[in-house]
Amino acid sequence: MFESLGNRLQGVFDGLQRRGKLTEADVDAAMREVRLALLEADVNFKVVKQFVKRVRERAVGVEVMQTITPGQQVVKIVHEELINTLGEPGRLELGLQNPTIIMLVGLQGSGKTTTAAKLALHLRKKGSRPYLVAADVYRPAAIDQLQALGRQLDIPVYDEGVNGRPPTICANGVAKARESGATVVLLDTAGRLNIDDMMMDEIKAIKAATDPIEVILVADAMTGQEAVRVATDFNNAVGLTGLIMTKVDGDARGGAAISMREVTGVPIKYLGTGEKLDGLELFHPDRMASRILGMGDVLTLIEQASEQLDEEETQRAGERLMSGKFDLEDFLQQMQQIKKLGPLGKVLGMLPGMGQMMNDVDLSGAEGELKRVEAIIYSMTPKERRNPRLLKASRKRRIAAGSGTSVQEVNQLLRQFREMQTMMKQLKSSGAGRRGALSNLLGGKF
Amino acid sequence: MFKSIRKSLSRTRQSVFGQIQNALGNGDITEETYEDLEALLIQADMGVDTSLFIVEQVRDRAVEKHLYRADQLIPELRGVLRAILIEPPPLQIDTPRLLTIVMVVGVNGSGKTTSIGKLAKYYKGLGRRVQLVAGDTFRAAAIDQLKVWGDRAGVPVISGQPGGDPAAVIYDSIRATRARGYDLLFVDTAGRLHTKFNLMKELEKVYSVCQKSVHQAPHEVLLVLDAPTGQNALLQAIKFKESVHITGVVLTKLDGTGKGGMVFAIYRELGVPVRFIGTGEGIDDIAPFDADAFIDGLFDEPPA
Ligand SMILES: Nc1nc2c(ncn2[C@@H]2O[C@H](COP(=O)(O)OP(=O)(O)OP(=O)(O)O)[C@@H](O)[C@H]2O)c(=O)[nH]1
Ligand SMILES: [Mg+2]
Repeated sequence: MFESLGNRLQGVFDGLQRRGKLTEADVDAAMREVRLALLEADVNFKVVKQFVKRVRERAVGVEVMQTITPGQQVVKIVHEELINTLGEPGRLELGLQNPTIIMLVGLQGSGKTTTAAKLALHLRKKGSRPYLVAADVYRPAAIDQLQALGRQLDIPVYDEGVNGRPPTICANGVAKARESGATVVLLDTAGRLNIDDMMMDEIKAIKAATDPIEVILVADAMTGQEAVRVATDFNNAVGLTGLIMTKVDGDARGGAAISMREVTGVPIKYLGTGEKLDGLELFHPDRMASRILGMGDVLTLIEQASEQLDEEETQRAGERLMSGKFDLEDFLQQMQQIKKLGPLGKVLGMLPGMGQMMNDVDLSGAEGELKRVEAIIYSMTPKERRNPRLLKASRKRRIAAGSGTSVQEVNQLLRQFREMQTMMKQLKSSGAGRRGALSNLLGGKF
Repeated sequence: MFKSIRKSLSRTRQSVFGQIQNALGNGDITEETYEDLEALLIQADMGVDTSLFIVEQVRDRAVEKHLYRADQLIPELRGVLRAILIEPPPLQIDTPRLLTIVMVVGVNGSGKTTSIGKLAKYYKGLGRRVQLVAGDTFRAAAIDQLKVWGDRAGVPVISGQPGGDPAAVIYDSIRATRARGYDLLFVDTAGRLHTKFNLMKELEKVYSVCQKSVHQAPHEVLLVLDAPTGQNALLQAIKFKESVHITGVVLTKLDGTGKGGMVFAIYRELGVPVRFIGTGEGIDDIAPFDADAFIDGLFDEPPA
């Protein structure tokens, strides 16, 4: 559906000579594709216009490097310009105010309450003493939601029920926070429309009553063309100091990030990546740029992989592999490591070039296969896992019945496992590392 | 009832083409006219493919009818847009039967729970015996939120424990709804991104519980999309259709500046119709989708 810019440009530059300078005609042809790619990624129409103009100026006359194609050269320039536009990641201004007051604002449903809790947790990990204030008196159970999150994290939440006035609640909340020795106060305000004058006046009043050093717009990464207007209106009303894009764990290209950054000039400070309260990540402009271009988010994949894989476990399995002692128990553990990386679709979607392939591969099939393999191994006794040679017909029947699979499927797994062992022995003699184990676990499908 | 629908319709702010007259002018049709048209469509979140498709259709009509002035394109554009919004089959909620089950699904924060509250009041007003079930056992205070809406609408809410298995809660609720003689059950579900494999599986389980409990249930599966969403809406619709066979869309937050233009792509690619629009946070801010009114809204002078 959404082609990556690289693929799009491939077509434009097919038949072009590989070297020399990018001519105006080359660049114009490419800019049409760049424009479409950005529009498909939800970057605002007007922002795209400006952006393309800048890229065009930079690209004309550029010497195409010998090692890459003209298409890749343009992608590189676009990528760099996107990174420039996205700007440096912002940091929260901590320590200039005591307590530091952070006000979160945004449209309905953008994720303010969850983000408030995530920020509180994040800041506590960094040594702050956070305090939450529930100022959404409109949405049913919004206060209960923040209270529940506060309990979960063991972080105090101030509220005055649904009858108070939000500016007063916030001012009282800040006073209470100060009294209690908190160092950071997070104000969770109600979601509102940027064109609702009364509600926009309310956040102005909250700002006036509390003097926050940070006013952060929490915005949904799936936002379309209106991102510009929303960000502009909030910025004009309360003077934003930063942006947090949420729901980045989905598959939206996230062009709204560019639009909002461009029209407000304020930095993106964090990304929200999941419903769990530790789903808050630092913003990396290069990764976001790759994502917007559909180039795959390899860096995030690598980082997540190294964070979530149990280093020791992998090491141990690797050693056993190399010594030829790798058994089904290890196989199972390796599989569980892979599962920790998240659903296959997500993992694969982060690989470059996979975007296209994902359309062709039946991922639910692969996912199901992992589950099946796991079920089969679970149905074996520990002894059988350590020594698959024990598995004769009657045992296979028992395992198939226990795992809800067929004897053929059990046989297939054993065959794969044996192939893997053989391959490992070969690898061992050729001295290659343990990398192959991963792709083998995926059934060699990818 | 009728008055409140009028009121809610008047709150949409979707006008995209309010100034189309100015944008296109009344000079000769040139390539630039079509480019301006494309720009307007894209800015309404209709997406590149759909926008190009619409422009081509308008161009064809213009050639066929030998139009030469730019402003003559406006009725053609209306016609092309209206034709995309094909007449859907009758809404299953309106078909009388012993028990009708409506599942409400969508990504986080799109307006599922609020829409259910509004729909509960709407159908109660039409004389239906409505019950709600809190299938969001995950998000903090989601159950309390639905209970507040149940109170406002004056309909009972069935719920389980926070953190419980949604499929189990829904299974129980279907039996209870039957036993008490209610005829319309709205199933609230937790918000989930369509890319989360496990959460989509969980939703499929809820679907199959409905399917197994009542003949031909769920009778409608409504995807709640909010109007400010961009191109991702189509991906959401595709995935939710694959998983739980969505039968319609509730387009919320049309009282904001989002145009909801992506529903055109959803009609075109998936044939899934819009069934309701949400136009505010009040309980009466909902209306059945009216394609003509929707198109009119796109062309109205923008509200001051
Ligand atoms: N302006 C406006 N706001 C709406 C509309 N529908 C819902 N909202 C608001 O959007 C926010 C999210 O609505 P919810 O009903 O909680 O959304 P949800 O999809 O149930 O959210 P989760 O269950 O958390 O995924 C709330 O603040 C609602 O008041 C609408 O039509 N217009
Ligand atoms: Mg909800």
